[in-house]
Amino acid sequence: MDELLREYLPILVFIGVALGMAGVMVVASYVVARQNPDTEKVSAYECGFDPFDDARARFEVRFYLVSILFIIFDLEAAFLFPWAVVLNRIGIFGLASMLVFLGVLTVGFIYEWRKGALEWE
Amino acid sequence: MAEFWTDFLWPLILILVKILAFILPLLLAVAYLTYAERKVIAAMHLRKGPNVVGPFGLLQPMADGLKLFIKETVVPTGANPVVFLMAPVVTFTLALVGWAVIPVSEGWVVADINVGILYLFAVSSLGIYGIIMAGWASNSKYAFLGGLRSAAQMVSYEVSIGFIIVTVLLSAGSLNLSQIVRAQSGLWYCIPHFPMFVLFLISALAETNRTPFDLPEAESELVGGYNTEYSAMTFAMFFLGEYANMILMSSLCVILFLGGWLPPIAVAPFTWIPGVIWFALKVSAVLFFYLWARATLPRYRYDQLMRLGWKVFLPMSLGWVVITAVALHLFGWLPPRA
Repeated sequence: MDELLREYLPILVFIGVALGMAGVMVVASYVVARQNPDTEKVSAYECGFDPFDDARARFEVRFYLVSILFIIFDLEAAFLFPWAVVLNRIGIFGLASMLVFLGVLTVGFIYEWRKGALEWE
Repeated sequence: MAEFWTDFLWPLILILVKILAFILPLLLAVAYLTYAERKVIAAMHLRKGPNVVGPFGLLQPMADGLKLFIKETVVPTGANPVVFLMAPVVTFTLALVGWAVIPVSEGWVVADINVGILYLFAVSSLGIYGIIMAGWASNSKYAFLGGLRSAAQMVSYEVSIGFIIVTVLLSAGSLNLSQIVRAQSGLWYCIPHFPMFVLFLISALAETNRTPFDLPEAESELVGGYNTEYSAMTFAMFFLGEYANMILMSSLCVILFLGGWLPPIAVAPFTWIPGVIWFALKVSAVLFFYLWARATLPRYRYDQLMRLGWKVFLPMSLGWVVITAVALHLFGWLPPRA
């Protein structure tokens, strides 16, 4: 087997084993246990009431905003990973350019803070 | 035929044995973590905790598991059955696969890949999918709101965890988890990076939805959160996944900050103890902190949680990345070129 396969095959097998294990546990329980569904039992839980309306209603836009901000900052973290590893080879130029990049992002962060995107009331 | 055996089948069997050697102790650890949690919290409340099933209640986790196994799997009529049943499987699988790259001792690792920490970061980000799927597929208001809250909370703290990891990478100069541990043979990173160590511990609590950040399961307002509609084995999968994730985050904390399998002082009586024992002891200590926090602290409010994540942890960890990078450069402490 070549180098790449030798390194990553265990992960693939691991995912297969874990997935198989989880699947078998759920299916085996479903087969072993007595299934006895009932209209009251299989309706969505709402403190004893019949469900009023569909649960997939509108929700707070801030959740969406948080996920957008997450993408920006997570990408930034992903950029920092390789930079952190090779910082000893790229010298002062590498350090300075990343500081400029972080500076730009900090300006954006201050802007979103001032705009109130991080407020939850 | 002989080639097929030596080149393909034997390595595969070896890999499978290695994987089982990780998964089985892990599942046992998960089972006994639930027991330890109940015992520790009981002791802190001056109660006895489980003490009926088996000696000292030691068979309690097995009894719980068996009970959940033989219960009925309720699938609500309004739910999307496929996604509904996939969500716990995804959560459980992702909680396990992170262990593929965790080195528990020198060379004791399933896949010693050179981007180990990046893989872990990816797996822990994917963990959010299981919860979103559960919340959406249940078609129940509590599950939906719980899923949304949980996802927003996890992504918020994921960001600061990313920056905290970068500070360690700057000091270690490698993405390989074994290398990161070896780089700490002189000094554990919890000493120079102490503020980040504290931040990581707290972020890990938020990342695994543990008290005081267990808002997705705030029973006083959201019943059971994203797993309101789950029962039997599907519920058990979420439960096991959550506890496996706790152990994963604790071992990540040990690898990044507490020197992994290394003994505290590299002198005779300490070096006789095998690395895996040190690793297990340190992970247990971090897990004890989790349980302690649960027994001690009241629950945060959601706005406080988001404020802490975005306005305190994010600027602090980002600032520490800059400080670390500049300091390492100025004093010439960067790790030597590989």
